[in-house]
Amino acid sequence: MAAASLAILVIDENRIRAAIIEAGLREAGHERVTLIHDIAGIAARIAEIEPDVIVIDLENPNRDMLENMFQLSRVVKRPIAMFVDRSDASSIEAAVDAGVSAYVVDGLRKERVKPILDMAISRFRAFSRLAQELEEARSELQGRKVIDRAKGILMRSKGISEHEAYALLRKTAMNQNRKIADIAQSLVTAAGLLGEGDQP
Amino acid sequence: MTHRIAAGIMPLLDSAILVAAREKGFAEAEGLDLHLVREISWANIRDRMAVGHFDVAHMLAPMPIACNLGMTPLATPTLAPMALGLGGNAVTVSVALWQKMADAGSVGDLDPTTAGRALRATIAAVAKAGRPTLRFGVVHPHSGHNYELRYWLAASGIDPDRDVEIVILPPPLMADAIGAGRIDGYCAGEPWNTAAVAKGLGHIATVKAAIWKSSPEKVLGVAAPWAEANPGELAALLRALYRSAEWCAQPGNREELAGLLSCPHYLDCPVDWLLPALSGQIRSGAGTVQVDDFFLPQAKAATFPWKSHALWFYSQMVRWGQINATAENAAKALDTYRPDLYRSALKPLGVALPGANAKVEGALTSPTPVGSAGASLVLGPDGFFDGKVFDPDAIDAYLKSQQVRD
Repeated sequence: MAAASLAILVIDENRIRAAIIEAGLREAGHERVTLIHDIAGIAARIAEIEPDVIVIDLENPNRDMLENMFQLSRVVKRPIAMFVDRSDASSIEAAVDAGVSAYVVDGLRKERVKPILDMAISRFRAFSRLAQELEEARSELQGRKVIDRAKGILMRSKGISEHEAYALLRKTAMNQNRKIADIAQSLVTAAGLLGEGDQP
Repeated sequence: MTHRIAAGIMPLLDSAILVAAREKGFAEAEGLDLHLVREISWANIRDRMAVGHFDVAHMLAPMPIACNLGMTPLATPTLAPMALGLGGNAVTVSVALWQKMADAGSVGDLDPTTAGRALRATIAAVAKAGRPTLRFGVVHPHSGHNYELRYWLAASGIDPDRDVEIVILPPPLMADAIGAGRIDGYCAGEPWNTAAVAKGLGHIATVKAAIWKSSPEKVLGVAAPWAEANPGELAALLRALYRSAEWCAQPGNREELAGLLSCPHYLDCPVDWLLPALSGQIRSGAGTVQVDDFFLPQAKAATFPWKSHALWFYSQMVRWGQINATAENAAKALDTYRPDLYRSALKPLGVALPGANAKVEGALTSPTPVGSAGASLVLGPDGFFDGKVFDPDAIDAYLKSQQVRD
């Protein structure tokens, strides 16, 4: 398989995401995949690896440095261009939306690289979906904890039941068009400021 | 009806005019919802403008020219209808290099002539001792930083390509790179020089405002297709930014401006790091030096997109081998800056505007009142530290005079 002979370098400070990309590339038959998480000494690594394709996340603050390096022939033996330059508008947009970019050595045929970029785009998307779900789950858990503390404050200060305390929070949230967790957070903060900590 | 404009910004002091336009209500007063997005690289700013995420952006002044000359990947037509202030940069060196420069006669007054002479002597000593070449960082190959650092070095008798190595680094990482010994010095915008001094890692050697007085640094880059489709919104934005620049320039607003910029979603840095550039009281590492016009957000036509600035940047692209000198390239550079759009947008404000679109850079040696439409305007000084003059009508002669070697 001709595609398997391409040397691919993945530059991503996020190790988990880099591993997901690598797994995808290997599944697609690419054997020569290198991951770099730390940009220090990158010039020497690029000279050593001589990558055909470089995949990099857009959160990396060193893209300006890399692009400059690609234009200087004394660092890289073969000129490297930004892949999306030769791509269609929808590919460019999909890559930027997903937060990934790719550079390829000059002369490499578009058809050989497009599947790599497409795979990186879909894996980047999947990763941010996963990260978002994790964040939502975390904030939901956090919200539940805050609501419990707010209920405790209301129960003690107003002498009401847990059920009544929750109903009061919910009613206030509805009246103010806010989330119950936000109302609970305000109450906990206010109680803290007033020195009425929620500790029994 | 409110029009939404998406703008990319980088975490630098000279994002001030854009930040204040949003935070102080100048954009809103023009019927605009100016949405600011902080980015992490100039490449991202360029890419996100190309795909339409950003309508406009805080850009390095040579960047739109480089785009229109096809010098960058994903180059898309970009206009510069407004500048975002003058000055604002400095050259910082490591504490160790400063010590050597001080031994060689640098006195710490930020004067580029003496600092350059001391650096030249230090470089000669380094070469004689067989130690590695000094390495300097700049933020981008197509930046005022790269060109003014090279200008200063070359005018000090140092060949920027042979006697030192110049590498690219993002500004927020410069101070730590100096601390880790990866670079010996850098040219960057504020607050990233003050940051190195505050951390005890660096020493400010000289400043942009002394290398070239009243010199251009950032512009408002505008996606050409967006500008064509939204002329009214663009004009409203330019008016909002002009009003914002006036607000930023008021000494009484410095602390509030520093507070706004220091927020986590903008520069995310201590307020203290922002005040030296706004007041001109530069903390060099050896003491505080008052620098006139260190950063000008509004005075001296600081937001006017001079055609002579565009041409000077083009002359440096040619000088350092980034582009060939052709009449066509010069015309493209010239057409990138759009004082015509600036003039027509600001006309309803009745504010002072320069009488011409280009000037001889370095012709004014002191602040000079210039004639304009009804109101008063002061320009200059605008000289280069070596006394050379850039006449935009005599660019070939200028290029010839700048050849470092045959």
